[in-house]
Amino acid sequence: MADIQVHQVRKSYGKTEVVHGVDLAVATGEFIVILGPSGCGKSTLLRMIAGLESVTAGEISIAGRVVNDLEPHERGCAMVFQNYALYPHMTVAENIGYALKVAGLPKADRLAKVASVAASVGLTEFLDRRPGQLSGGQRQRVAMARAIIREPAVFLFDEPLSNLDAKLRVQMRHEIRRIHNQIKATSVFVTHDQAEGMTLADRLVVMNKGVIEQIGTPEDIYHHPASVYVAGFIGSPAMNFLSGQISAQHHAVILANDARIDIPAALAAQHDGALTQIGLRPEALTLVPAGQGQITATFDFAEETGPAKLYHFRFEDLTISVLSPEKHDLQHGQPMAIKAQPDAVHLFTAETGKRLTAHDVARERVPA
Amino acid sequence: MIERTPVLNIATHVILTMGLIFLLLPMYLVIVAASHSLQDVVSVPPNLLPGDQLWINLQAAWDKGHLGQRFVTTFIVAMGVMTGKIVLSCITAFGLVFFDHRLKMPIFWAIFITLMLPLEVRIVPTYAVAANAFLPFQTLLDLSGLTWLVQALSGIEIKLEWNLLNSYAGLIMPLVATATGTFLYRQFFLTIPEELVEAAKMDGAGPLRFLWDVLIPLSRVNIAALATIMFVYAWNQYLWPLLVVTDQSYAMIAVELSRLVPKFSATGGEVPKWHIAMAGTLIVMLPPIVVVVFMQRWFVRGLINTDK
Repeated sequence: MADIQVHQVRKSYGKTEVVHGVDLAVATGEFIVILGPSGCGKSTLLRMIAGLESVTAGEISIAGRVVNDLEPHERGCAMVFQNYALYPHMTVAENIGYALKVAGLPKADRLAKVASVAASVGLTEFLDRRPGQLSGGQRQRVAMARAIIREPAVFLFDEPLSNLDAKLRVQMRHEIRRIHNQIKATSVFVTHDQAEGMTLADRLVVMNKGVIEQIGTPEDIYHHPASVYVAGFIGSPAMNFLSGQISAQHHAVILANDARIDIPAALAAQHDGALTQIGLRPEALTLVPAGQGQITATFDFAEETGPAKLYHFRFEDLTISVLSPEKHDLQHGQPMAIKAQPDAVHLFTAETGKRLTAHDVARERVPA
Repeated sequence: MIERTPVLNIATHVILTMGLIFLLLPMYLVIVAASHSLQDVVSVPPNLLPGDQLWINLQAAWDKGHLGQRFVTTFIVAMGVMTGKIVLSCITAFGLVFFDHRLKMPIFWAIFITLMLPLEVRIVPTYAVAANAFLPFQTLLDLSGLTWLVQALSGIEIKLEWNLLNSYAGLIMPLVATATGTFLYRQFFLTIPEELVEAAKMDGAGPLRFLWDVLIPLSRVNIAALATIMFVYAWNQYLWPLLVVTDQSYAMIAVELSRLVPKFSATGGEVPKWHIAMAGTLIVMLPPIVVVVFMQRWFVRGLINTDK
């Protein structure tokens, strides 16, 4: 068991810096998911922890030991790769047992361990096959088994599910969580799929352009995104963004066309007159009878999602989506009133995109 | 795109058949000539059907050319070249593909240049080196003044000498040191996914372990292809063995074959023994044919190099 400390870690390729001073502390036994778009540096960060990339600056320690200059296998990490990276000429059993073979474990012990690990991931009947004869899900299990058998202190996953089809992905997600609950190894899981991140993580790390935007529990990140970026990245369907100005007098944000969205009074008072980006989740918006709404927008089209329907509206030049479990029969071009729940309104500064809260207002306003 | 129309089909088959005849006809004539007595071979018009003297002629060629002994020599050399080539090019390509170092490109180009300078082009300097394999080092020592210095100080003259003439080492080594195999391996190693290398690193396998446990098993097909090419290449060597060997116990089979082919001046007006020469040719060509036929399946797969 081991914790991971990442301190001011940077990575450059030549003159291009791709990771800009990242700090991260992963507690023993924690399941951390690093989430971000492709090219945000999340895989690079993971590979630096694994020892597959050198660290340009900063320090990484695992279980209190600085590992910057240690070989990958000396760090006590096991890794599951996106393309499985199974040895094509070895059988499933040989693949799983290879690390033990390299470590020089006697054959009898090795086979016993392979058998027990294979059983735990449901591979017993495939031990004599080659990776080429397995399905994607089975290959993924082999890759997992290969990592598990080393009894690693740290488990690293580099987008392990992105080559699987949607159904299998959910299934493997559950499996990974189940295995984690069993072996309790500290895990770092990199993905660009927010559903994986939200469901797997104890804590979620959202990265963008080589910096960490926010670290928090999935719930925390969903309800209190720290920036416009995080707000827009997390949540499906994606959050609506509108710009406006805060008015303390009306306890509201004034949008174009005199539309208003109510916000908590304390927030409004502290940020009176500030230009803001307002974020509204489609599921936090409701369609109401004309006159009772805060925004009036014209209906564009709707998408069926099953339990609810996603209605798209035009407001000025922007699109507003509303997720509603109720059935509305709307015609294209029909005006509709939309209401937001005041406690589900997210405010961000127009300049930096950082979240506006009632607490740090004082700090932010001092320089001005 | 592969187009399939009846006309094209017929045309391609005609071309293929013509090519086949073009290739097989000389072979057929060899068999015909090898199966007749001398009178029949030189008769005009020539015989176009095989005769009944094949076995007798084969025996005559075998005895006359000491082919039994030549077979052993040539087999040793061919196996040596084949093995040496596979080992050397595998290790070289491994170093070139999987390690990053400053000399990577210069070394790569140095190897590349040897492709354009085959043994036949640099045969004189190669002979000089074979006569004394330490010659390059001696030259370096002489040029740097070390020889002179040591002699002035201690009175000992440095004289490095390692004669490779008339030895298996001399026959094999210059044929091993060429680039073709390195390139074949390099191309294959470049197709190995990076993640496989990393997986091996995570599993704790060092470079040599990775080479032995992963790369070599994966490149079995390439090894088979290279082995085939190299065996045939070495078996057919003529010029280098002719030069480097004067002791007949090291003579290679292609050289011996040329002696079976009668030179008109040497026969002193006698009718050249073409039937024996052709029978000898048949014997000499047999091992390469066997190797190619036996290895064909692997050979083709190794050269087109597709993954399973």
